[in-house]
Amino acid sequence: MITAGIDIGSITAKAALIEDNRLLGTRLQFTGYNAQKAGKAVLEELIAQTGVQREQIALVVSTGYGRNSVDFADKAITEITCHGAGAHFIDPETRFVIDVGGQDSKVIKIDAAGKVLDFAMNDKCAAGTGRFLEVMARAMEADLDDFGEISARAGNPASISSICTVFAESEVISLISKGETRENMIAGIHESVASRISAMARRVGVTEPVMMTGGVARNPGVVRALGKKLRVEIRVSPHAQLNGAIGAALLAARMQQAA
Amino acid sequence: MAENEKKHDPEKEKRKIQTVSRMKEIMTDYYIEAKGARENGRKVAWITSGGPVEPLIAMDVIPVYPENHGAMIGASKMGAQLCERAEEMGYSRDLCSYARADIGDAVAKTGPIGGLPEPDMLVCCNNICGTVLKWYETAARFFNVPLFILDTPFIHREFTDSARKYVLSQIYEYISFLETHCGRKMDYEHMEEVGRLSVEATQLWQSVLDTCAHKPAPMTAFDAFFHLALIVTLRGTQVTVDYYRQLLDELNDRIDRGIAMVPNEKYRLLWDNLPVWYRTRWLSDKFAGHDAALVADTYTSAWSGMLPDITGQTFLEAMSETYTKVYINISIDRMFDIVAGMIRKYDVDGMVMHSNRSCKPYSLGQYDLRQMIMDRLGVPTLIIEADMVDERSFSESQIDTRIDAFMETLKA
Repeated sequence: MITAGIDIGSITAKAALIEDNRLLGTRLQFTGYNAQKAGKAVLEELIAQTGVQREQIALVVSTGYGRNSVDFADKAITEITCHGAGAHFIDPETRFVIDVGGQDSKVIKIDAAGKVLDFAMNDKCAAGTGRFLEVMARAMEADLDDFGEISARAGNPASISSICTVFAESEVISLISKGETRENMIAGIHESVASRISAMARRVGVTEPVMMTGGVARNPGVVRALGKKLRVEIRVSPHAQLNGAIGAALLAARMQQAA
Repeated sequence: MAENEKKHDPEKEKRKIQTVSRMKEIMTDYYIEAKGARENGRKVAWITSGGPVEPLIAMDVIPVYPENHGAMIGASKMGAQLCERAEEMGYSRDLCSYARADIGDAVAKTGPIGGLPEPDMLVCCNNICGTVLKWYETAARFFNVPLFILDTPFIHREFTDSARKYVLSQIYEYISFLETHCGRKMDYEHMEEVGRLSVEATQLWQSVLDTCAHKPAPMTAFDAFFHLALIVTLRGTQVTVDYYRQLLDELNDRIDRGIAMVPNEKYRLLWDNLPVWYRTRWLSDKFAGHDAALVADTYTSAWSGMLPDITGQTFLEAMSETYTKVYINISIDRMFDIVAGMIRKYDVDGMVMHSNRSCKPYSLGQYDLRQMIMDRLGVPTLIIEADMVDERSFSESQIDTRIDAFMETLKA
């Protein structure tokens, strides 16, 4: 039996196909302005890529902030539940998931079966999310993909005290004018993101092992800063951005089996 | 997900609480009376929501509640616009949205009732927050009217004897204040009669809330938010006693006939903090969509928590303790005891806390309270961030996701 999971995030749309508890394929592309179109497109591309027939897909579960706009999905499930299921599938030892995406960051405590015990999400603010890093990369005229590597060379991370993305950007600009090195500034930006996330994680109470997912998990600078702040080892999911879609496909399979 | 259809639904009609229309009549009469007070030679006092209203009723002064008005502004979705008016005047956006909306409307008079009737005097009790002190001082200057402040000490552990004496001495000062500004003496026998009606109404209100201990609940907290208006504004009057008796009869009748407010009630939730006034319908539909009923809340029950013990003392003497012990004027340990009692009484499956940007004393400590509830009682608890009146602080998709995720964990 084949099931599909579609995760419509604020920046990227993801799809995953699962067959008998095995990952068949995944796909990631930009969401654009039309979440409904993005959901359809990403699944069609994945079908073409894997050679699976549309009729073979028994059930589709959508997730992510655009989950309710995927009109062909059989059910919409929140990213909290999907990330729990996805992380458990990738590494069954996982007891805590930190997911940092484009406009959301969330922490999820799960039990040995991948079931959600408790969670917290960022409040109405882009600090501590991927969007914050994007804005900072623009201010630093650096490629976001190089952020992790650059920050590794920092001697003394700069302190970015503002929690507001807009104000933090002007703070960075004033640091530039004071001659602070890029390495230190980028490391400081990572620490700022890490402190927001660690505060949220502590609210729920961290249980190890911790897995990090979401687009920001691809940035080793944030992962390093976060691990230091929480004093835990952080395992980065090999499918960081696809965790929600994988979880959705697994939950679809579970629903199909139960039916 | 399907769009909400706004068609006439006979099923929904059947579940409507009929007494609602009586409430609308009473509140309309009340505001007409307050607006015409000056022509009829009566005095109007503005008073805080947790303030002792009974002496005003006994002195035939019409009590007017800026906070109740704030709730009306919120429910009419005029909050942001009136808050912005206050912000233009220089008030910080971090200030309570009841205060901002009322201050904005005092000047603009563009709210749901075209401005509150102007006060002849102000009565401010700080048992609910510290903001009211500055808010009422501003109003006293703006309207150039006398202000009485009743200071109730915060209760960390016990209500001490010195606190009792301290508050009671102020209650007598409060009465002299009223006598001075009304130009006549208090009739203490009448005062006790008003007190007796207040106690009766409060007991009835508690009985109304208690009907939700029944499964399925005949109403939800969203209904309680509405029916609360009279126990806040007009306790101590016969009309309020009669109203709650009628409502109680209707709810008991619903229980007998098996009418539930949420058709397939499966999950029972407890709400904490003030309502999100401009989103009550949306939230109510949201939870009902998950077969969840908000069967109780810490907010509307705060007024029945004010039930005084009048054995062996006069109503005035009992008021000292009653008004000091209100829900948000007590330590978190005492709050936990109250919440734990409600969780047992109403047999709830989960708790939803509104972290209210406006109401700091209510929202401070919620994370600790949440932890205590989860650790000691094993009851899952969700926090959503919003504001009671200022709709600019409400993010629909974020709250939607939180509620969906919370319900998924409850169902799993």
